[in-house]
Formats: sequence, C-alpha cells, structure tokens
Amino acid sequence: PRPQAKPVPGSSHSESSTMRQRMKDKLKAARSEMGLPTAEEAYNFFTFDFDPEPDEETRKGQKRRTRPEGENEEGEDGGDDDEEKEEEDKEEEEELFLIDQSADDFLVFKRAEYMGYQRRLQSENELLFTPSFLTVPASSKVPENMKPRYLEEEGLYVGERPPMSLTNQNILENRILKQEQGRKWFGDDGRIMALPDPIKESSTRPPLFHIEDDLDPALQTVYRKALVSKHASQYISVGGETNGDYQLDVDVSGLIFSHHPLFSQEHVLGSRLVQLYDQHLSRQHRNLTEHLTTKLNGLRNTIGNMLEVHGGQRLTPVMQQRISEYKQEVRNTRRLRDLEQEKDRTLLKGIVKIWKEIKALRDFQRFTNTPYKLYLRREEVERASDVREYEAEIQAEVDELLDEMEEDYQRKVTEYRRQQEEWKVWRRKQRAKNKKKKKTQSQLDDNEDDEDNDDDDRTDGEAEPGPPKPKPPEEPDMEGVEKQVSEKASRIRRKPGEPILVPELTASGPITPNEQCPRGEFARREDVAKRSIFIKVLYNDKEVSRTDNRSLNSDFRVHFGQIFNLKIVNWPESIKLQVFEVLGLSTTLLADVFVPVPESSILTGSAPSEELVFSSNLRVMFDHEAVGSDVPFSFEVDGSNRQTLLTSGKLSCSVSWAVGEDDVPLAPPTTQPNGLKQLDAIASIGASGLNDMKKLGEWATESRLDPNDPNNADIMQLLKVASSGEVTAPDYFRLEQLQEEFNFVSEEDLEQSRRFRLLRLRNQEVAEFRNYKFVPAMEREVTDKVFEVRSLREIVDTKGHLDAHRALVAKHLHKIRESIINRFLIAKHHFIMSDLVQEEQVPTIGILGLNLFKLAEPKRPLKPQRKERKKVTAQNLSDGDIRLLLNIIRAYDIPVRKPSVKYDTRSSSHVLNTYISGYERVRPFVEVSFQRSVLQTTTADGPNPCWNEDLQLPFSAPNGDYSTANLQSMKDEIFINIFDEVQYELGGDRGKEVHTRLEKHWLGSVKIPFSTIYFQSRIDGTFKVDTPPVLLGYSKERSLASDGGYDAVRSLTEGAFITLFITIEPQLVPGETIREKVSSAWISFESQESEGLLLASEVFERDAAVHFPDRPCLTTVININGKTVFITRYLRPLNPPQELLDAFPNSPQEATDLIARYVSLIPSLPDSVSFAGVCDLWSTCDQFLTLLAGDEEEHAVLLCNYFLSMGKKAWLIIGTAIPEGPTTYVLTYEQNRYLIWNPSSGQYYGQYDTFCPLQTVGCLVSADNVWLNTQAYTSPLRIRFDVTKAKLWKPFFSRAFPNPGLSSVQCITLHIILHLPFPKISLTCRIEKILKEKIMEWRPRNPTRWNRYCTSTLRHFLPKLELSRGRDVADEHRLELQSLLGDYRISGFPLHLPFSEVRPIVEAVYSTGVHNVEASNVEFALAVHVHAYPNNVLSVWVYLASLIRMR
Amino acid sequence: MTANSPSVFLLMINGQIEGANFPEYDDLYCKYCFVYGHDWAPTSGLEEGISQITSKGRDSPHRLVWNFPLEITFKSTNPLGWPQIVVSVYGPDTFGNDVVRGYGATHIPITPGQYVPLIFSSTPLSTPPLIKDLLSRHTRTIPMFVPESTSRLQKFTSWLLGRRPEFTDPKVVAQGEGREVTRVSSQGFVTLSFNIVTKDMKRLGYDTTATETTHTHTHPVAAGFGPGNQTLSM
Repeated sequence: PRPQAKPVPGSSHSESSTMRQRMKDKLKAARSEMGLPTAEEAYNFFTFDFDPEPDEETRKGQKRRTRPEGENEEGEDGGDDDEEKEEEDKEEEEELFLIDQSADDFLVFKRAEYMGYQRRLQSENELLFTPSFLTVPASSKVPENMKPRYLEEEGLYVGERPPMSLTNQNILENRILKQEQGRKWFGDDGRIMALPDPIKESSTRPPLFHIEDDLDPALQTVYRKALVSKHASQYISVGGETNGDYQLDVDVSGLIFSHHPLFSQEHVLGSRLVQLYDQHLSRQHRNLTEHLTTKLNGLRNTIGNMLEVHGGQRLTPVMQQRISEYKQEVRNTRRLRDLEQEKDRTLLKGIVKIWKEIKALRDFQRFTNTPYKLYLRREEVERASDVREYEAEIQAEVDELLDEMEEDYQRKVTEYRRQQEEWKVWRRKQRAKNKKKKKTQSQLDDNEDDEDNDDDDRTDGEAEPGPPKPKPPEEPDMEGVEKQVSEKASRIRRKPGEPILVPELTASGPITPNEQCPRGEFARREDVAKRSIFIKVLYNDKEVSRTDNRSLNSDFRVHFGQIFNLKIVNWPESIKLQVFEVLGLSTTLLADVFVPVPESSILTGSAPSEELVFSSNLRVMFDHEAVGSDVPFSFEVDGSNRQTLLTSGKLSCSVSWAVGEDDVPLAPPTTQPNGLKQLDAIASIGASGLNDMKKLGEWATESRLDPNDPNNADIMQLLKVASSGEVTAPDYFRLEQLQEEFNFVSEEDLEQSRRFRLLRLRNQEVAEFRNYKFVPAMEREVTDKVFEVRSLREIVDTKGHLDAHRALVAKHLHKIRESIINRFLIAKHHFIMSDLVQEEQVPTIGILGLNLFKLAEPKRPLKPQRKERKKVTAQNLSDGDIRLLLNIIRAYDIPVRKPSVKYDTRSSSHVLNTYISGYERVRPFVEVSFQRSVLQTTTADGPNPCWNEDLQLPFSAPNGDYSTANLQSMKDEIFINIFDEVQYELGGDRGKEVHTRLEKHWLGSVKIPFSTIYFQSRIDGTFKVDTPPVLLGYSKERSLASDGGYDAVRSLTEGAFITLFITIEPQLVPGETIREKVSSAWISFESQESEGLLLASEVFERDAAVHFPDRPCLTTVININGKTVFITRYLRPLNPPQELLDAFPNSPQEATDLIARYVSLIPSLPDSVSFAGVCDLWSTCDQFLTLLAGDEEEHAVLLCNYFLSMGKKAWLIIGTAIPEGPTTYVLTYEQNRYLIWNPSSGQYYGQYDTFCPLQTVGCLVSADNVWLNTQAYTSPLRIRFDVTKAKLWKPFFSRAFPNPGLSSVQCITLHIILHLPFPKISLTCRIEKILKEKIMEWRPRNPTRWNRYCTSTLRHFLPKLELSRGRDVADEHRLELQSLLGDYRISGFPLHLPFSEVRPIVEAVYSTGVHNVEASNVEFALAVHVHAYPNNVLSVWVYLASLIRMR
Repeated sequence: MTANSPSVFLLMINGQIEGANFPEYDDLYCKYCFVYGHDWAPTSGLEEGISQITSKGRDSPHRLVWNFPLEITFKSTNPLGWPQIVVSVYGPDTFGNDVVRGYGATHIPITPGQYVPLIFSSTPLSTPPLIKDLLSRHTRTIPMFVPESTSRLQKFTSWLLGRRPEFTDPKVVAQGEGREVTRVSSQGFVTLSFNIVTKDMKRLGYDTTATETTHTHTHPVAAGFGPGNQTLSM
C-alpha cells in the first residue's frame, strides 16, 4: 500500500492530502465555469501560500484519535464535514488576498505548459488503478437481490480468519471487485472467502537453540574421550570388547631333501626310487584300475541284460537312447581303464628298473649309502582262469569295438546316401540348365550331338562350384581290430599266467660305515656332518622366530618338531618359512617356503600337517663324490646321459589358529576383507574367470558349489547358460566391449540413409550444406536432388570442358582447394578473445590527449570533416536490411553513332535521330544489375553524359546467412552496362501517327565483384569501361582540345570511362581475415623457411600493419602446397616464348605489349573468393602455365619475370586497385619513366595517369628485397618510386639483417609447348555452335535467322583483329561491311576473351543483350575465331552483329 | 503437414522471466533471445524482447521482479539444436552508464508440462509442500556471468569509462565453441519459468515425457514473487 499516491486523504498524511484535495476542488470548480482557469486564478494557484491551519488539524487529529476503530465510515463522513468548513475559510482568505492585484498590470502571465500533467494523469488513470480504502458496501459484494447470509449465525462452524487489517482488506476488496468476475471471490456473507489461518501456532521443527538444562536428555550430547585404535587400517579392526588376542600356531615338524648338493649318486637314485614307490603306494591306495574294471564290467552286464530282457523285440526309442548312452559310457570307461592300467604297468617297470640301477651302483662302488631295500613279492595266479579272463576281456573289447565301428559305418553310409542324393539333384539341375543353354545355342548350330553336350556339361560342372561327388565309406577292418586289441593288451597288461608283482620298499638296509668308504665318499660324509639346517619364521615379512640348528643326517631328513605361537596384531598377509643351511659360520638361504594363511576354522589340533615343496636354484659344486646342485652329472661311466638336479625338498609344517583357554578359537572374525574375498566366488578365481567360462565351470565343480544355495544362483545360472552353448565367450578381448550396443545405428544404415548423410555433410561444414535448414525428419522426405549440387561439384564435368587438359587442371585445382578449405575450416573454429568479447582498448596517453583536445574543438567547425559511418556487425541482419547504394555520376568518351552518309541520302526519313546537329549523337543510359534485380538510369545525351543518379539495389545474402564468413565468400558481381538508346520510326509513312521503337545498343560494361565492395566498404572512382574494340555503327570520338588541361592527361589513355560511387548501407564490418587468425592462433602453415626469416617477416608485417594500416604488405605467401614461402623467391628472370619475341624483332615496345597481352590471355581464376577473400595461393610460373589459371599475383609474377628476362627493371607492386581490391601489379622503369602494368588486362599506365586503377602502393618486391612504402602518400601519382631512398622505402633486408641468399622457387627455364594438343578448328566450330544454340534458346518467341553472308564476312575480320590486337581497324572494316550490306542496318561488335571454358563466353554474349532485339525482320551474324599462342594459351574472338533490313 | 504423417513437430513455450537476484545492483532490465539449430524455425511469437527497468522493492531487498512474459512457438524436424534462451541483464553503473550485468542461457525444457509456481513464505506452512513440487521441473534459475577484463588496468579503465567488456553477441553463451578463451565472473541469478506444449513429437519418434507425469497440487497457489507477508489461502 502506498498511501502517498492516493488522492483520498489518509489518516497519517492528512495535512498535505487535504490541501491537495482542496486545490483540486478549486480547480475543478473553476474549470466547470469556463473550461480553463483564468490567468488570475492560475496565478493564485501558483503563488498562494497554503498555510496549514494548525489548530484545525490538531483538532481533527484529536478527533480521529478519539474515534473508536469500528466507526470508520462515520469518521469519513465527519471528515467531509470538516472539509466543507475549511473551504469556507479559504474563500475568505482569498478575498483578502485579492487586494494586492496591482502586480497584474506590470506582468504578463503566460499559461504554463501544465496541461501535460493532467494529460499524464489521465493516461495514467487508464493504466493505473488505485484501489480505495473505503469499505465496500455489502450490496456490491453479494449477487444481486440477495441478502448476505451469515453461516456463523446459522450455527455452522466457521474457522478463525487470519488477522488482517481492515484497510488492507478494504483495498483488497476494492481491487478484486474491479476485476471481471470479481464477485466469485466473495462468500455468501459478503466477505472474502478465506480458509482458517494456515499458520501453525507451534513450530513443527524441534527448537534447536535452548539452554543446556532444557534439552531433552535423549538429545543430550555425550562426550567421550577420543579412542586410539590399536590397529591401523591395515590391522584387524576389532569390535569394542575383545582386545584382539589372536594367535597363530606355526608347527615346523621337519624337512626332507629330495635333492641336496651333498647327495651321492646313490642318494639321487634312492630318492627317485622313494618317489616312485610313493606314487605306487598312492595309486595302490586309490586302486583306480580295479574300480574302473568293475565299472566296465557292470556296464557291460547292464547292456547285456537290457538286450536280453527285450530279446529280439523291437526296442523302444527310449531304450535305444539309453543303450547308446551306456555304450558311450563303456567306451569312456574302457579308455580310462586302459590308461590307468598302462600307468600301473609303467610305474612298476620304472621301480624295478631304478632298483636294478641302485643295485648295480652299489656293486660298482662297493659301498652302500642308502638304507633302501626293495622286495618284490610274487603272488601266483591260477593260470587257466587267468587266461580265460584275459581272452574274455579281449573278446568283449573286440566285440564292442566292432559294434562301434559298425555303427559308425552305418552312420557314414546314411550320410553318404544323403550327400549322393543331393549331388544327384544338383547334377540334374545343372544338366537342365545346360540343356536350356544348349537350346539357345542350338538355334544357330543344330547338329551338335549329345557327346558335345556332355562335354559341355562336365566343363560347366567344373566351372561352377557344386557339391563334390561323395565317396562311399570304407568297410571296417574286422581282423585289424582284433589284432590291435590283443597288441594293446599285451602292452599294458600282465600276461596271462604271470605272477602279480608287489613291490615293497624298506629302509632297513645296512649302510657301509665311514671307514670302509673310499676317500671321496668319506669327504662327502664329513661334509654332510658339518652342515646344519635351521628355519626362520617370517610373519608379514618380519622375522618372528627361528628354529634350533639341526645337523644334517646322512638320510637328509631334518626333524625340528617345534611349534611357535604367534600372537598377532596385524592382519596376516603372509607367513613365510626360510630354510637356512649353516656351514661353520656362514649361513646360506636355501629356499623360501610360503605357507598359506589358514582359514579361521583351522584350529590347532585339528590342522593337518602339510608338505610344502621348496627348491633353490643355487649352484653348488664339490670336489668330492657329492653330485652338487645345478651341476650336470651322469650315472654312466662314459659320462653320457647327463642330468642336472637342483636342490629341492619338502618341508612339512602346519599353521593354524590357536585355541584359547576356554576353547575359544583365537582367530579373527571372517568378515574381514580377506574373508570376504574368499566368499566371493568370482573374485576368488580372479577377474579373468569372468571371461573364461570353462575355468569358471571347472572351479565350480572343484569347489563343489551347492547349486541350491541362493548365493550361488547367479553363478549356476551363468554356468547353465554357458554350458548350453547359448553364450559363447569370445576368445578375444575388447576394450570397449559394448561399443556396438551403444552405436546409434549400424554402419551400413548410416551409410545408406540419405537423412544421416545430409546431417553429416552439414556437420562437416561442406560448403553446400553448411547452413542447410530443415533437414527433414523422415528419410523419405530427403530427395536425391539435394545431393546433386554436391555431386556436380565433385565430379568435374569433363563434357563441359572443351579441352581435356583443362578438365584435368580443374580437377587438380579442385583437389587443392578442398584441402586448403579444410585447413581453413579448422582454423576458423579456433577463437581468440576478441572474437568473443568486446573490450575497450586501454587508452594510451596519445589517445587520452587527443580526446582532451577534442573537448576543446568547436562544436560546428567551419570545415566539417567526413564522419565515419557506424559499422554494423553482420549477425543481426536479415533480408531487406542491407541495400547497395550506387551513385552513377558521369561517363567520358562514350562512343558516338557514326553518321552514315549513305543513310542520309537514301533513307533519312527512317532514322529519327539524324546526325545533322551533331548534338544528339548518342543517348547513353546505365543499367545496373545485381542479384537478379535490374535498375537503370535516365537517358542522357552526348558522349560525356552526366547522370548523377542514386540507385538502390536490394541485397540479400545466400541462405539468409549474414555471417561474415558467408558474406566474404559471396561470388555475386555487380554488372554496370552502358547502353545507347536508339529510337527508330516504324512504318510512319502512310498515316499521321508515328510509331517509334526504342532499341538499346550495348556499348560497354564494368563488372565489380561484391566481395570488393564488402572489403573496401566503398568504391569511389573512375573506371575504364570494357568496350569492344569495334562497335559497328559507332565510333570513338577523339575529343579535341576544347576541354583544356584535363584532356591532356586523358589523352594518354583511350576508351570510355565511368565515374561511380558504390557503398553498402548500412556499412558492414568486414571480417577479420583468417590468415591473421591463423597466425594468432599459432596454426601457422608449414614452412621451409628458416625460423629467423619467418620471425623477421612477421615483425615486418606487424610493424607495417601498425604504422600503415591501409597499406598492404606481403613478405610471405602461401604456395600451392599450403606452405609459407618468402615472396622474393618468386621473382627470377624467365624467358618468354621465343615466338612472341620474334614477332616484332624491330620494336621492343611492340614485343613488350605482346607479352603483356599474352600474359593477360591466361585465364584469370580468382582463388580469393573460394577462400573467403583471405588467402591467396601463389603458384610458380610453371605451375601457372600448366594449370593455365591463376590470380592477379600469378599474372603479375609471370609478367614481371618476363620483363626481367628482357632486361627491364621490374618490380611487383603490392597494393590496392579498383575494382580488384588488394592486388598485385607490375612496375617497370624504362626511358626514365615508371610504367604500371595491370597484368590481368595487359594494359599499362604511366605513373601520372589519372585513370590508373592502382590506388595504393603498399610495397615493392624485387628478386632480392621487399620495400615498404613509408611515404606520406600511397597513390602512385604522389609517391616516388626510387627504392634506394631509405627515407621513402623501408627495406626488409638491410645491413642489420642481410639477405641470406634465398634461392628462387621458379624453374630456370619454362617448358614451352608449341604445338596444340587439339585442333583449334574444331574448338572454333564448337564454340560457334554452342553460341548459336544459346542465342536461339534465349529468343524463345521469335525466330532467329542467321545471315550467312554477313557471318562469313565477319569471320574474315577476326584474324585481322587478333593481329592488330583490336586497334585501328574499326573504320576500314566497317566501310567494308557497309559496302557489302548496304541494305541492312547493322549493329554489332567483337568480343575478346581469354579462353578457359565455354560458360564465361556464353555469359559475356548474354550480358550484351544482342539477342533482345525484337524487330521481326532481324537477322543475326556470329563468328568465332580462336587464336592459339604458345603454351596452349588461347584467345577467343566472338563477333556478334544484328542486322535489320531497311526496306 | 498432414495429420497422419507429420513432417515437423511443434514446440510451444510460454512462460516468463520472473525476476533476478543481483545482490549488488539495482535498476536492471533484461533482454532475451532464442538460439536454435538449423532445423528449427519460430512460427509465431517474439524471438527477442527487452523488459522494463525494475528497481528493488523494499520488501525483498535482493529480488528484482520483471515477470516478463515469453511466448513463442517453434517448428522443427530434428531435436538437434533444441532452442535455448539467452538472457542478458543490463543496468546502470555508478556513473550512470548502461553496462552489462550478466549473461546466462538455458535450454528450453524438453518435457511438456506446466510450471509450478514457487511459494515464498517466511513462516512454515501448516502442510509443508513437498520438495519435489517446489523444485518444479519447469523453473530454471540461471546463474549469470559477465566476461572479465583481461588485465587490472583494463578493468580499471573499463570501470572508469563505463565500457565493460561484453560478448560480441549474447548468443555466444549458448555455444560451447571458443569459450576457452574467455574469463568470466559470476554475478547473480535469473529465474525463468516455462510451460511447454509439444505437438507430434511422439509421432516422429521422439519421446520426451518423463516417467512420472502426474503432479497433484493441493497447495495454495500464488503467482510469481508474491509479497511475503500475505499468504492468502483459497
């Protein structure tokens, strides 16, 4: 609520408010009388001092204060009464004041412009609403004709309303009533509907800040002392109660060496014997052979029983299935049994062999070292039954094998049949096919016989891959089987009747006492006795205990029998036992033995003793009998069959958790990280197990997983799936296994879909699709047409090129361009700060001073200076915002119509514009066309017309994209054509009416590319109009010296000129060139120049840019491979084609002209447009001549090089010209004057030529240096070209930085192709044909007749034109023409173009508008001439004329 | 566009720029514009707008309220380049120069749905609304930032001259490209709310509706930044 804004007085601000109210009332009263207040009233109003009446106010205030709250309405009434009283008082006062009226006579009072306030009030009243405080009458709150109904009175419960001040409520009610349907907010009782107070009395959140005592005991904070954990993180974390009394019992019982360096040979054999015997014992214990034999017999019996029970009856499929399963089982079991039997047999044989060796050794050395003794116990068997069993066994096996083979054979046979069937079918088909073929053949050759047919068949069959003819399976070899079985049996089994041998090894044999041994053996035994062994116990790599030393015995068994109790605190990570050998004082570590940490369930007492194998690769040699370790030795006398043994042995020990006093295992709980690991099935077999289903399966069977345990459900499921073969684990490993799943669509889909292709092309910023709008949502909506543009560009149309060579060139250029564009695209995506953020530069002292100076300068200077227009960044623009402004001012030397004597005498009446006066000899007007919009000026008179007209052309960017990049790459051109308006009278002989026809005759044109205007922001100057060398019916008027001095300058050049001013409104900010960006982003182009040179050139260019921002300066350029090359490398004298030099042996001037012309005839192909006006590629001269296409630079370099070889002084000028913009010209110095050559037109200008298109000279380049223009002016008219003056030209290479002797990139001599690779006649004919077709195409409504006579005449002129290079032939050949075609009115001209493609020629012809002649009796003539210069440079002449018969 | 097989889908946005929270500045106004991809075109509504100047109220010393409506409909064929709204806030500095106070951008919510207004209340309600309802999907609070001057000297001069660094185009903040060259400092927050309606999205195969779509609101509704002291219940 804002009481001060209310017109109604509020209780607190009553003073001022009442006063205002009174004023208002007064005003209102006055206005109601006469509409406006009188001057006097107005004066009173402003001067009257409204003194507040203090007594009144206090009285009223008191009154207010004493009033009870509920009586507001009455109070207001009372207030009204008071006001009335006050008004009366005031009127009295006013009368008093009226006495002093005399001032009125001396002063003139004008009405103050005060009404504005009223109006504002009114308008504000429309917008603002100030709700009143007054209580709304109940009647307006309830629906009409209804009385308020009070629910409370009716006995219904009404909640307590939220407290709200009455004023606020009134305001709210007023506000609501103002709204539409405001009444619905009111209840039946006429009050605003309201819920009971939503605010809770008590807070729902427990109070946080209380005094300590009040805090709920449950919430009381209890402080405990910080506990220092006994175990760090790696330790066993303990619960609160136990203090981690864990104990590991390490029982080291002893060790046995299976090899020791001190072993004698007998020991070696003995230990081997022991090993084999152990093996034998364990096998005996398991008795697998017996077990398997029993199983086999059992299976055989079962099969036999099953077959017996069912007898000869047919077996059910279930039975058959079962039998085959049994058979399979039998086969497996038999195989296993055979294996076991064989092992048993070999083991027995081995034991016997070793024992024999020991015996032999003992005999040989005549003493015994080892106590081993082997007994072989014979168990006699009953021979007959044994034989029987043996035979029966063999027979059974043979039967089974035969059975199996038979089965196998059957299967093969059925397979064979099936294959044969297939093969037959295929063969039949093949035959039918061949027959068909034959039939078609036989129409030609009927008497082919069947054999031939067959032969063909065969060859065809061979030719086409078909199923091979199957071979019938071989019959099983019955006899062989029996033989095999018996052989096998004799190999692996005891022979029938042979006694069973049972070996028994005892260690009870006597050992030869020491004194009876030879010396070597004695020494060995001595050595053994000296040695002792002990074992260290390491827990978590810390030594905790060690055993006593035990001496080594002759049997190499050491017994310790010690138990170590380890009270542990740390979690056990490793338990290691180290075996040490002591010899005298030195101890050597023999081996480390790692003991696994026991599970917590393994307790002392129940723990089995483990035998842990250890070995050491220590090399030990002795000079006595001992074999040593890692030393080869042999049992044989001759030393053959050497073997090497390493120290090894078995340590028997056990590690277990101790049991406490009260039978509590002193083991940590299993819920430790390590324990967890063991529970996790996958982790326990390692992560690799995941990929290896087989391993997982093995592990699962080994560990006897409970398949019913829900914990194992996952694994079981996995195994089930894996074993069923549905999921096959791949053999390879993929880093991104799921990549394919995450692919959006498959590769093929991506390739095929047109829509995706479009999207991808756009994303790659391919030129045609860069800003493609609305890629359709559906595949079907993307038409193939979209891609046609691209494919057109991609596939260089060889048909369009008349010359295969040029097609190749175009292809090559296209490739280069593509790669360069890609590079720029990358560069374009690099941003620098100024691209994104606009920031004011820190003002330097100079700028600050200048600004201060500006404050003092006059506001409206007498000599106003042109202000820079505001530049507009192009991004917020849209179509229609930009216009192209052209101011066409004047033209000079327009060709004039030639007065024709013939016409005058014979048919003067036909030509309205007679040439008598000599005044109206030409009526030129200018037509400007840009982006398909054409505007023209009014028609002026005379050869030097002045139009001074503004033309506005609309401009629209392609695709509506006004980004800088897009504008830069616009290729549109502005065509400015000058026409002559000719009026002819038509058939006005008979009647009085005179029909006239207007015809426009093309006189010349100027082309200005849009990019030039965009970069230069305005173009202002006089341009040479491209006029044809001969204009039929027109002549160039040589102006006489009537114009005075100006003409003297002009006479240096010839041709027509037009003065123009072109600009874009509003001015667009040309984008920063990518080259700068590229250098600033340090994505420099590769270069073979030295670092120092590149740095120096960068500094040089930057200096130039800072000090002379408007002077183009180039020191390095980019060659065709995209590498940076120093510019002087391009200049080197190159010999021009000899043919050209020979043409004018006497006149060097003519030869120079010819060479300039030759260079200019090489087609121009601006690369700047495609590279967004940014980067020129400089090709060397030979590349240029091979490609036959290039920019101004290439033309300039070639021309300069030719000039250099001709002995001229020549430089390159890097500067700007109109209309090209930044460009390259050539400067020569001859006969004490400087000449400026435009290399792309072949024209030359004197230094002081006014119409020289070169506007700015930035720098000069010679073969060995670059000079920057440091003079005050840049225009060639005002500068001096003497580069030796250090004041005027700043050299790049100076004494401080001398030229390092840069070699040229140009070839020494240019390869010149003299002969044309194609006939020029055919080219001539083709161009002529195409042009004729085109002209007819452009005239769809009218018939196009060709005047053959005229054409052939024109054809004769063209070679002459070429010879004279378009000069000084106009008169004679027109005369010639006129004499030939006297009856026709002829208008026409030859066009001259360098040849690259047909399309530019067609366009040039079209732009002249010759085809627009609409006279019914018009005839046309068209002649083409192609002149070939060396190196395939072609000059094309097109002579175009329209003829109208005069009578 | 036939009813059976649409080739475009429509996205209708209405909502408002509710206000901002710029603790240090006052008398701010904001501009908005939309940035969208090549396959999008607005069919109706205003693409750009500029709000009134708002001063801070005495009641809420940190909150500037614009309640500036947004209403625009886009049509599109491709969700690529989903429209983003770019908001930039301007206001006078100490010397009265109009300077930028913040840039921010956010994507238009992709799920259709309505804006659930926030309730600002200084006292707890009898039935506290669920957090889920308060943090409605279609309310966005965008943090705002301005580019920093490159040096201290620059900073000083820009402050003195009232020419703070600005983005060449506010739309820069909707792109990721080239941002690495800028340094910005954060400024404040702007709150936006959206109501989104889409048409034919599903038909073209784009399903943007969330799994839980039902919002049941039993809680009082007060529009925008209502004054805090009057919690009216209806």
